[in-house]
Amino acid sequence: MAFPLKTLFAAAAMTGLLASPAPLLAAEKTDFKIAWTIYAGWMPWPYAQEHGIVKKWADKYGISIEFQQINDYVESINQYTAGKFDGVLVTNMDALTIPAAGGVDTSVVLVGDYSNGNDGVVLKGAKSLADIKGQKVNLVELSVSHYLLARGLDSIGLKESDVSTVNTSDADIVAAAASPDVTAVVAWNPQLAEIKKSPDMTEVFDSTKIPGEIMDLAVVNTETLKDNPKLGKALAGAWFETLALMARDDAEGKAAREEMAKLSGTDLPGYDAQLKTTYLYTDPKDAAAFTRSDDIVKYMDLVRSFSFEHNLLGEGAASKDVVGIAFPGGKVLGDAANVKLRFDDTYEQLAADGKL
Amino acid sequence: MARRWINRHPGRAERLFLGLLPFLILILVYATGSAMRLEVNPNDKLLPSFASLGNAIARVAFSTDPRTGVVLLWADTAASLERLVLGLVIATALSLVIGVVNGVLPYVRAGLSPMVAIVSMIPPMALLPVLFIVFGLDELSKVVLIVIGIAPFLMRDLEARILEMPGEQLIKAQTLGASSWQIVLRVVLPQMLPRLIDAVRLSLGPAWLFLISAEAIAADVGLGYRIFLVRRYLAMDVILPYVVWITLLALIFDIALKRFNAWVFPWMEAGRRSA
Repeated sequence: MAFPLKTLFAAAAMTGLLASPAPLLAAEKTDFKIAWTIYAGWMPWPYAQEHGIVKKWADKYGISIEFQQINDYVESINQYTAGKFDGVLVTNMDALTIPAAGGVDTSVVLVGDYSNGNDGVVLKGAKSLADIKGQKVNLVELSVSHYLLARGLDSIGLKESDVSTVNTSDADIVAAAASPDVTAVVAWNPQLAEIKKSPDMTEVFDSTKIPGEIMDLAVVNTETLKDNPKLGKALAGAWFETLALMARDDAEGKAAREEMAKLSGTDLPGYDAQLKTTYLYTDPKDAAAFTRSDDIVKYMDLVRSFSFEHNLLGEGAASKDVVGIAFPGGKVLGDAANVKLRFDDTYEQLAADGKL
Repeated sequence: MARRWINRHPGRAERLFLGLLPFLILILVYATGSAMRLEVNPNDKLLPSFASLGNAIARVAFSTDPRTGVVLLWADTAASLERLVLGLVIATALSLVIGVVNGVLPYVRAGLSPMVAIVSMIPPMALLPVLFIVFGLDELSKVVLIVIGIAPFLMRDLEARILEMPGEQLIKAQTLGASSWQIVLRVVLPQMLPRLIDAVRLSLGPAWLFLISAEAIAADVGLGYRIFLVRRYLAMDVILPYVVWITLLALIFDIALKRFNAWVFPWMEAGRRSA
């Protein structure tokens, strides 16, 4: 044979994707990359990066952190899961179903916010959620929209089989809603706001009815974090400094929000409207308290039940316990021997104590 | 002097081996990469092992889905093929009519040809939000996307081929007393139909592209729908077999059209060989 096996292996090793073993091999390192996508509750990050807040905190701990924008949300999580990033901004459900279910041990460093009206079920020409029965619902299947729909149906005693779902890309859901044959839509902001502008659209259920269940998190690879706790400290420092700045009602706070608005492609009134439906944990004490609370365990149990019922924990999953979720104080949901998602209040608490 | 390399031809067995070799290398590279990743993380979803690929295939292709009660792969394939075939048939029929009148009748050509040329420049994907509003989100808009995506190319190709026909043929038919209609039926169509089928074969790639894109954006069943749905939880064990299956279907379409052409229009093949 012209190609000895060794040559083949060398060729295989050279192929970038094949060679980089997921997760990044843990070791003490100084350069970190975090992927971010546009969302109201995540805009403080790019602002903090552009205004040197991230750099200031990273310098303090002798590391460097780069936030890199990815256009497509799911792609950013996939990239993180593939080991191309040390961390990513993600919802609690996607953190469980993509990296954690894929065996990538992931730690939640910061619970940034929860959706408090940012996600909603909208019906055309109907007044209450009960009218949804028998309708075709357009939404991004298996996303938090799907979760919200399931929770909504559950709240009025309906089942998912009482409606049929049509998977619709979030980029096209506004155009879809305008189409005459579409009568029910589940969406998130900013698309949700756009859909609600139409006079024949009525919002019949939204995430204010399930506060805390749809969380937006900053997560980091657990191995990486364990070897480099400085990363968690620098992230927490930069995050809470930026939140404090944007919460201010003075000119500086407004300027910060204005810039975040611009970064996310809207204007200040539009962004402020989105912030109203986003419950940001501005005070690190509240964030740490929420991370330690019994509520978060309850919410994650609801989320993992939904994920299991929709085969999101892997087709081979025997029960919702297959992926373990750990909480502060040693509480574990599911398989304690296979914990892949860890809520960690360490860094929020350090920020609350002013020890960063 | 030794025989030159350009004159050495592989035998039947050698050809088969050389043809399979790149695939074997690809499989080997995949198996190596997959084993390396799985060693680090047994739950890795990126490059699943052949065993988990096999499990996924058994699940989607040979057992009914507990939630919907259908066998996913076949339901998806049926839905996708229906859209694809409908789109191809409509696009081909439209192109046949417009391509032929554009090629044969100068007055029609003056009116329609520039319009077809310009429409063919519109990226169909950019029209998608408009298509959704005009044709709704159901089957119609998916079929329309395929038609808009490939028909202008087919029309322009057919028109150009007709204009390439030797003028002597048309003159000869006219000296024999043929009318415009008879020339279309007896001179143009027998030569152009097989060429149209050839052009359709070349359009199969774009047609699949538009189908998968449309299904990715709004659908509740279909091959593209499934890929973009399971992408949400990085289920490469489902995505990879689907990609192989789509490739296989496209290949079968291509071969079938080629055979169809040779069978229905045998003179075309004969003409090519004698040329």
